[in-house]
Amino acid sequence: MSVTTAGSRIPRAEGGGTNRRGDAGKPDTWGSPVTYFVSLMLIGACVAPVIYIVIGGFRTNSQITTSPAGLPDPWVVSNYTDVLRSSQFWGQFANSVMVALASTLGIVVLGLMVSFVIARYDFRLKGAMYSLFAAGLMFPLVIAITPLYIIVKELGLHDNLLGVIIPQIAFGLPTTVIILVPFLRAIPNEIEEAAAIDGTSRLGFFFRMVIPLSLPGVVTVSILAFIGSWNNYVLPLYILNSTANYTLPLGVQAFASQWSTDTAKVLAFTSLAMLPALIFFAVFEKRIVGGLTGAVKG
Amino acid sequence: MSDTLGTDMVSGRQSQGTPRAGDADGSASPASPRAAARRRGRAMMRLEIAFLSGPAIIMFLAFVIFPVALAAYYGFYRWHGYGPPTEWVGFNNYKLILEDPAFHDVMKHTFMILGLSLVVQGPLAIAMALLLNQKIRGRSAIRVLIFVPYIISEVIVGTGWSLMLPESGALNGLLSNAGLGFLGADWLADPDLAIWTLLGIITWKYIGFAVILMLAGLQSIPDELFEAAAIDGASYWQIQRRITLPLLGPTIRIWAFLSIIGSLQLFDLVYIIWGPDVAGIAGTSTMAIYMDAQGRSAGNYGYGSAIAVVMFLISLVVALIYQRFVLRRDLRGAVTEGTNR
Repeated sequence: MSVTTAGSRIPRAEGGGTNRRGDAGKPDTWGSPVTYFVSLMLIGACVAPVIYIVIGGFRTNSQITTSPAGLPDPWVVSNYTDVLRSSQFWGQFANSVMVALASTLGIVVLGLMVSFVIARYDFRLKGAMYSLFAAGLMFPLVIAITPLYIIVKELGLHDNLLGVIIPQIAFGLPTTVIILVPFLRAIPNEIEEAAAIDGTSRLGFFFRMVIPLSLPGVVTVSILAFIGSWNNYVLPLYILNSTANYTLPLGVQAFASQWSTDTAKVLAFTSLAMLPALIFFAVFEKRIVGGLTGAVKG
Repeated sequence: MSDTLGTDMVSGRQSQGTPRAGDADGSASPASPRAAARRRGRAMMRLEIAFLSGPAIIMFLAFVIFPVALAAYYGFYRWHGYGPPTEWVGFNNYKLILEDPAFHDVMKHTFMILGLSLVVQGPLAIAMALLLNQKIRGRSAIRVLIFVPYIISEVIVGTGWSLMLPESGALNGLLSNAGLGFLGADWLADPDLAIWTLLGIITWKYIGFAVILMLAGLQSIPDELFEAAAIDGASYWQIQRRITLPLLGPTIRIWAFLSIIGSLQLFDLVYIIWGPDVAGIAGTSTMAIYMDAQGRSAGNYGYGSAIAVVMFLISLVVALIYQRFVLRRDLRGAVTEGTNR
């Protein structure tokens, strides 16, 4: 209905073209100062705590005690250099990197394979397979954590990074399948037909065409998997026992309770631990935001 | 897909042309070599399907579905984690849960967080998305910055806030610097206040995600609708109420679903800021915290598993009801869109 009314009005609107342009620009000029002010407040509320953590690391404990909300005076870098010189931080950093890379690789490889089957093969259980993974979104890790811990212990992977990586891959699959299946469906059939005429098998098509063509989707999924792994807390909490095997989230918490009287040092450790995720986000920001919105729309 | 579609069409035409010839595969009809090739092709396809989907499905069944099933099994035992469970207690654990006042408390907290998250975050996110959807300078930078708390891990958010919010922390310091010292409070320890503090932290952490979703929803609304309404003389607020909100419906419903599932399993933030014991006193303990305290910490794996099952059932029921009554239209659209493609 709205289309027809719009259609009938268009000639008149075009008659007064300036009027129409004026309408479109109206909220912009009207709302500007207020909009900017409110936006700045919002950004402040979102970012201030993060900035506090970073700046707090440049203060001493006595500064923090005398003026909890003040600025560093003078700026002290020893907290940061202490953390950066400790083998504890770098060991946990390496563990986090290893777990995140291995989980991401596993999620992407297995997820791409199964999504390809769901998206491009025709067989009876296809729908069931998709529903199985879609239902997986409703099985949060927290609910399964106790039995998962027992299974991992039975497999002899307790206090082993593999004991974190393997379940993380399994729990990363649902999101991956849900994002990748529409991507793989969107590859035009003509390409597959052309490949078939040229004598390429379907597996050949998968390796030579699908993987390069689905690269944007794969990147999105990888980023989500990497950040998910980097931030995961519950699973390492249950599986990893010794400080040497800790990932950074566990390390941050252990450090915070170990140095509970040294607030400045904890703040320094915390900000160094969040830095990689923030850098990662800054680099891939468009993909992350686009991937999330794509996942919802698709 | 088109490949099999093609062969299906061929076989359909064949059976039309020579009725019943397709059934007698063994007969020496001229079509038989092709049928054999097709059969070989199908076997090959089955192999490919097994090869490509097998690893993922095995992983998924072994480490996602099986643990949940195992929790259901352990839930019927009194078991402390040593050796296989032997002491079958039937539904006793579930009876205990129903009578356990501590569980009632954590359930109350969880549902309070669930409801208030929806009520607070929803309107706030929509308002922020409307604000940020306007053409203003630095819009993309604002979007990135609003998303920052969502990217940072729960542990860091928790550690940071637990350093800022104590009585001698930065927030109270900031308030007294601003001459608002009377507003200062013991944000974390005061049992009347703690759950609201938690809600504030949750809002701070997850609002960026909601805003990004709403912005995406807003951008999928065709501009023509706004232009048409503006031409018809609708005011800014009329446009938002009559066009934006209804068309944002699917996005809002999906966000609400994700938010509900997230609230039901809230664990990390509470565990890090309060810890399992203090959370009980401060009144912020959630179902997941209680499950962990009973299972891993106290060693009552049977009882802990029963709590996990109850959590799962609540999530499942909520999800099913939600899909049945709220999401149905949206999902139907998604499904038909999927098959059309």
